[in-house]
Amino acid sequence: MTVFILRRLMQTLLVLAATSLLVFFGLYVIGDPVEILVNPVADEVEKARARAALGLDKPIIEQYWVFLKGAVTGELGTSFVFGRPAMEVILERMPATLELAFLAMVMAVALGVPLGLYAGLRPNSWPAKTIMAASIVGFSLPTFWVGLLLILVFAVQLGWLPSTGRGPTQEVLGLQISILHWEGLKYALLPALNLALFKLSLIIRLTRAQVREQSLLDYIKFARAKGLPRHRVIGVHLLKNILIPLITVIGLELGSVIAFAVVTETIFAWPGMGKLVIDSIFQLDRPVVVAYLMMIVFMFILINLVVDLAYSALDPRVRLAEHR
Amino acid sequence: MSGAAVPVESPLRRFCAQFAESRLALVGLAMLVAVVLVALLAPVISPQNPYDLGKLDLMDARLPPGEPAAGGGMTYLLGTDGQGRDMLSAIFYGLRVSLYVGVASGVIALTLGAVLGVLAAYVGGRFEAVLMRIVDIQLGFPAILVALILLAVLGKGVDKIIIALVAVQWAYYARTARSAALVERNKEYIEAARGLKLSPVRIVLRHLLPNALPPLIVVGTVQVAHAIALEATLSFLGLGLPTTEPSLGLLIANGYEYLLSGKYWISVYPGVALLLTILSINLVGDQLRDVLNPRLAR
Repeated sequence: MTVFILRRLMQTLLVLAATSLLVFFGLYVIGDPVEILVNPVADEVEKARARAALGLDKPIIEQYWVFLKGAVTGELGTSFVFGRPAMEVILERMPATLELAFLAMVMAVALGVPLGLYAGLRPNSWPAKTIMAASIVGFSLPTFWVGLLLILVFAVQLGWLPSTGRGPTQEVLGLQISILHWEGLKYALLPALNLALFKLSLIIRLTRAQVREQSLLDYIKFARAKGLPRHRVIGVHLLKNILIPLITVIGLELGSVIAFAVVTETIFAWPGMGKLVIDSIFQLDRPVVVAYLMMIVFMFILINLVVDLAYSALDPRVRLAEHR
Repeated sequence: MSGAAVPVESPLRRFCAQFAESRLALVGLAMLVAVVLVALLAPVISPQNPYDLGKLDLMDARLPPGEPAAGGGMTYLLGTDGQGRDMLSAIFYGLRVSLYVGVASGVIALTLGAVLGVLAAYVGGRFEAVLMRIVDIQLGFPAILVALILLAVLGKGVDKIIIALVAVQWAYYARTARSAALVERNKEYIEAARGLKLSPVRIVLRHLLPNALPPLIVVGTVQVAHAIALEATLSFLGLGLPTTEPSLGLLIANGYEYLLSGKYWISVYPGVALLLTILSINLVGDQLRDVLNPRLAR
């Protein structure tokens, strides 16, 4: 176990170093942020001064070295655009993204597991077929286009829900949260639904596939033969066994929801991390882009680790140290 | 026809019969064929060349579906965009770009991933361990994140987005190819080929690879659909293709600004085309998976 975690940490450092190198040098080659940031009528002297102030006049190797030295102490540079530490700018936007992702995942799981269970238990009934057909459509719908349709229907045509921005927030445990009040929640509903649709389809399909595979196995037959009531066979025996792959996927998908929020936040002008990073890419705000990617890469490695550990705790057949 | 009591079923015929069992899959196949034909024949069947700026008339901008052109001649069946471009033609051409990007990246990624995966299974040892670790790490991240990183660094362009999509997809193929090859490796025909002292290259390419192909095809259909959707998403975010040859995603993005004023057709119809394309591929892929999955073998 300890060896496993240590090895993972080594890999984490490798991946972080590789990502930072790629993004750092890549963005350096793409263009000069000063050309975008300074006043268009600025002369060369002013541009040179701006470059020096941002530390961009030094050779790229030296800039990377400065970045690395900072990164070791948790300092990921100062945003060119905001003039504040990049991490601070990102953390400020984080609660908005997290609450959106959380709401979306709750929607997807609360609907997806029961629907998938039904479709798997009665695969030939017409509601099951409808669910499956709908899930294929949900799978095929590009997220950003669904977002546009949601805006068109619920905001433009019906006028029920607002389509852009985030509602009023309140402070909960030091975080700015908006979804606890209807005033704020109504801003979050459309983007969260948009984000949830793809995951909903995925969870339905996964649950159904698992139910179909598992219900053919001997332990289910045995439980039935013992005369256990149907709800116990399904609720305890079956559900427990389909839960293992489901938890893996839900855990992994939580991360991908946060990553995919990039798209949804752009469409709904939701002031989260995703929108920040897209804006930063266009403004060549390298410190913010690098810091965001470092953080999200780290988050993913952490999620993967937790899922692997949870997996081994839930399923005694999985031995971590052996297969890695 | 021959009057034999038990006709000998060829694998291909059995495969076709099983595939045709699902009416939904047949509908998907028909749709897919139609989409591919439209994409291939776009220059012939489009009412207008959407890239020829000289043919566009700004007087015709933002016309709703069914309006005739101001200068007479043609009717804009699906309306026009902000520059007076016929949406139907733009969609046909956009479909071409989207399919090209999706299929090209899929084929390159399949080739790369399959060769690496099969090689890993055949060679084993350190090469396999390192390669599969890279695959594991990459698949731990969502595709959009990897593509985002690469495109932020590479910039815009058809070639750039294909590179990004290949980088995103190869790992799926490599993993699938390896596990399929691991199963095949221990079968007798490989042993026989080894006994004949065939060269390893020949064994991998001519014996192992063809037999590892069915699961790769299943992954391939799903991946091409993913790639098309991903390209559209990235283009929508302004990170994918240049505006000179808009794909469906870019067409949708262009219509976004008109959406709030109720001019829905500029965004919605390219989206419908995108949806039909992805849906048809997924329907076919879904049935392929059921037919080719030995766990559900009937």
